[in-house]
Parts: sequence; structure tokens; C-alpha cells
Amino acid sequence: MLYPAEPMPVDVAPPRRAATGRSAVCRAAGLTLAALARLLSGASVRWIASQPDTCQRVYFANHTSHLDALLIWSSLPQPVRELTRPVAAKDYWSRGVLRRWLAEEVFDALLIDRTDIKVHQSPVDLMLREIGSTRSLIVFPEGSRSVTGDLGEFKSGLYYLAKKRPDIELVPVHIDNLNRILPRGEFLPVPLLSCISFGPPMWLEHGEAKVDFLARARKAVQALKE
Amino acid sequence: MNDIRTIALIAGVLLLLTVATAVGQFLARHPDRGLDPAAVNAFNLRLRGWWIICTVLAAAFWLGTTTTVVLCGLVSFWALREFITLTPTRKGDHRALFWVFFLFTPLHYVLVAYDRYDLFSVFLPLYGTLFVLARVAMAGDYKRFLERTAKIQAGLVVCVYCLSFAAALLHVPIRGQEPGSGANFRLLFFLILLVQFADCMQYVWSRMAGRRPVAPEVSSTRTWEGLLGSATSTALLAAVLWWAAPPFEPWQAALVGFVVAVMGFAGGMTMSAIKRDRGVKDYGTLVVGHGGVLDRVDSMCFAAPVFYHLTVLVAGQ
Repeated sequence: MLYPAEPMPVDVAPPRRAATGRSAVCRAAGLTLAALARLLSGASVRWIASQPDTCQRVYFANHTSHLDALLIWSSLPQPVRELTRPVAAKDYWSRGVLRRWLAEEVFDALLIDRTDIKVHQSPVDLMLREIGSTRSLIVFPEGSRSVTGDLGEFKSGLYYLAKKRPDIELVPVHIDNLNRILPRGEFLPVPLLSCISFGPPMWLEHGEAKVDFLARARKAVQALKE
Repeated sequence: MNDIRTIALIAGVLLLLTVATAVGQFLARHPDRGLDPAAVNAFNLRLRGWWIICTVLAAAFWLGTTTTVVLCGLVSFWALREFITLTPTRKGDHRALFWVFFLFTPLHYVLVAYDRYDLFSVFLPLYGTLFVLARVAMAGDYKRFLERTAKIQAGLVVCVYCLSFAAALLHVPIRGQEPGSGANFRLLFFLILLVQFADCMQYVWSRMAGRRPVAPEVSSTRTWEGLLGSATSTALLAAVLWWAAPPFEPWQAALVGFVVAVMGFAGGMTMSAIKRDRGVKDYGTLVVGHGGVLDRVDSMCFAAPVFYHLTVLVAGQ
């Protein structure tokens, strides 16, 4: 190092707005929907060798149902929830007034354009810009909902996220049984019981290859299934 | 509610619970008495469950018949939830399950609340069955069709239909009593007391004298000695408490107690078989953090219908 230690000039814009800046109606709607989702999915929440924390985190989970993001969001304690933004597909969530309102105002979701990914405007850069140095994210590295309920291969976004921000804690999350509550292609839920498990945080090891890291991350989610 | 028998029954149960709790706490504080700490702990946990049941029941009694029926409906709903969660279903069952949960179960309890025995006695076993068969067929997935529909039907009958007879007791007309009066609540309380007592006695007798398990593959703790001991003890308790259960003479109460204990045993065996097949011990541990409602009500599910019909038989004389 030639220069004295100095904070790295990171291209980080301040978060779009503070979480508390949401209107009372949106907050109430968020709370109601979270409570409803918890009630309907009978979700029990487990923290396995892990604790809820307001530090900057990326929660990565298996994806089997539309309710996944809502349920993870709602099972976080209130102060953590305020800081956490689900990442969702723009092509689905910006269609129609209600969906857009839910995504943008109620859940403060970060919408990613799946169809139009460019090199200089990659989703990972967008995510990092949007979360700044305070907010956390919920991502689904499989990319889309699994049909069978089995865990698919992870896409590389998680790796680049970890590489560009090695300080962020990556928390594996496993959602059990939610694919039976609201499977792909259904819009009416069946109120069975589900379980959400948060695992211990992990980081990208020094010099760890992309394939190895993604396999390790996938295994961490799988391990929570028991 | 202001009749002397109801008060006597409730006071008796409260006294019994207080004494048992005191004993349980004493045993927990003095582990040197040579008793198995795990058994003491299980005893205390069961007592806590008892206190909760009594509190909820007292609240429901105080709020009236409809509230009690709604409460029973919620218990059914939760039990069915656990039952279906435990039972593997396929995606083709999804729509059928939706209607089972959100139409058939509530509608059945509405019929119970309006005392329409003519309808609720056939609604689920007949129309529920037909609906499940037809809806699953229409979903287009024929793989193991009979097996899948049978699972849903079994869940409906055990968790919803059978349990609702406990709530239906509140509407049974009893000679010389106002319908829906304290006498009906006492009947329900009597049933719950007998079922829980039979459960405890089964455990105690099996531990003390149990030698021959009824079906060792299904449950190693449920023995013939436990069954016989529990049925006899429950018959005795019922005979002693006959004054609390309006239409019964002492010998009738004893017979009812005997039958309730045997049915409760049958319920426990049935649920054990299902759990054994799925490789779990409790419905509660299936999803961590849930109390396992089905574990608590399995004996009640089997005992409630027979108790109801015996009551109607005796009261109708």
C-alpha cells in the first residue's frame, strides 16, 4: 500500500430513501400482509447457529413459492425487517397497479430486469448501489421458482455480490413446505404448516473459485433442510 | 351457570389441578426423591397443558355456546392442518384441499352451530367424500388416486367430523333442562375430563403393570394392561362423578366412562400408526415450535362421537 489507509472510494449512492420514510398506510399494509402470511403458512422460525442482526446481510434462500420473499421478510424481527429489501423480478412485479404498489411501496422491493441484463448495468451493481452501506437484501439464487420443490443450481449473482462486497454477511435460509401451501401456478393457498430456518452467516473465502463457492452456498441451504 | 353442580365440578377440577401442580413443583424442586426427572418433567408439562385447557374452556363457557363451537372449529382446523402437513399430497390435490379447508370445514361447523343434526351428520362423510373424489379426479392427476383421496377423507373425518361431536353436545336436549344451559356444558366438561383421565391412566397403568403391548410395531407403550386399567379407572371416576353428567345413572356413567376410555385408546393407536408410517414421534415436532394440537386431541376425536350418541340414546328415553 503506497497511500495511507483511507476508506476505499466506493461508488455508493445513499439509499433511495430511509425505510422509515414509507407512508403509514404502506407500513400498515406491510404489517398486515406479513401477519396474514405468517398465519396462513403457520410458519415457525428457527435460527440455527445464527442470530437476527441489523448488520448488513444478504439472505439467500430456496425459491418454491410466490410467498417466499414475503415470508422471509415477515419472519425477521421488526428492526431488521425495516432494513431488508427483497429482490424481485421486474417483469412480474411491475405489471399492474396493485403489484407495483406492493413491490415498490409496501415491501420496498428491489426490482431487477431479468430480460435486459447488460454488462455495464448488471443486476449485482444495481443491488449494491441500492443497498448502500445499511440495507440488507433477500435474494433467490436459483433465479426462478422450482417446480418440483427440489433445490436447483445457483446462478452466479451471489458470487459476484460476495466478491464485490466481501464484508456483507451471507445468510443461508431454507423454506420448508411452502411449495405445498402455494405451489407454482396456483393462486389460492392451502394453510398447511411451514418452517423457515436461518443458518450461520458465510463469506467468500480468499481465492475461492466461483463454482466452489456456489456449491458451498447451495449446500448451506440444503443443510438447513435436515 | 349459577347452578350448584357446575360450580362443584369446576371447583373440584381446580382443586385437583392445584394439588397436582403443587406436588409436581415439589418433585421438580427435590430431585433426590428417586423419581425419574424426565417423568416428573412430562407430568408438569401435561399439567400446564391442563391449565391451558381449563382456562380456555372456562372462557368459552362464560362466553356461550356459539363461542365454544367456534373454538372447537378452530381446534379442528388446526388439527387438520397438522394432519395434512404430515400426509404427503401431490400438486393435483391442491384445489381439493383449498375447498376442504375453507369451505367444507367452516360450513360443517356452521351447521353444528345451528344445531342442524340432520345435515351435519351427513354433510362431511357423504358430500365431503364425493367432493374430494371428484375434485381430485378433475385435477387430472390419477397417480395413486384412491390412496390420495383416502388421506384427505381420513383427515376430514377424524379431525373435523369426529371432533365436532364434542361441540354438538351443547345442543343435545336434556329432560328438565334448558337447551344450551349449564347441564350441556357440564356434559362437555365431563367428556373432556374422562378422555384426559383415561389418557393419564393408560400411561400410568402401562408403566406400572404393562407387559403385553397391543401392537409393539405401532406403539411399545400402549399395552393391554394399560387399556384395561385405564378403562376400569375411568369407569370408576365416571360413576363417582355421575351427578355432574345430567342424563346418566351411576351405572350408565360407568359404562360411558369405560367406552370413552376404549375409544380414546383406539384414537391414540390410530394416530400412532400414522405417525409411525411417516417416521415422526409427535405431530408437534413435525414443525418445530408448534404444540402439536393433534397429539392432544387424538383420543378426543374418537371418543366424542360415541359419547354423543350414548348421551342422545339415554337422554331420549
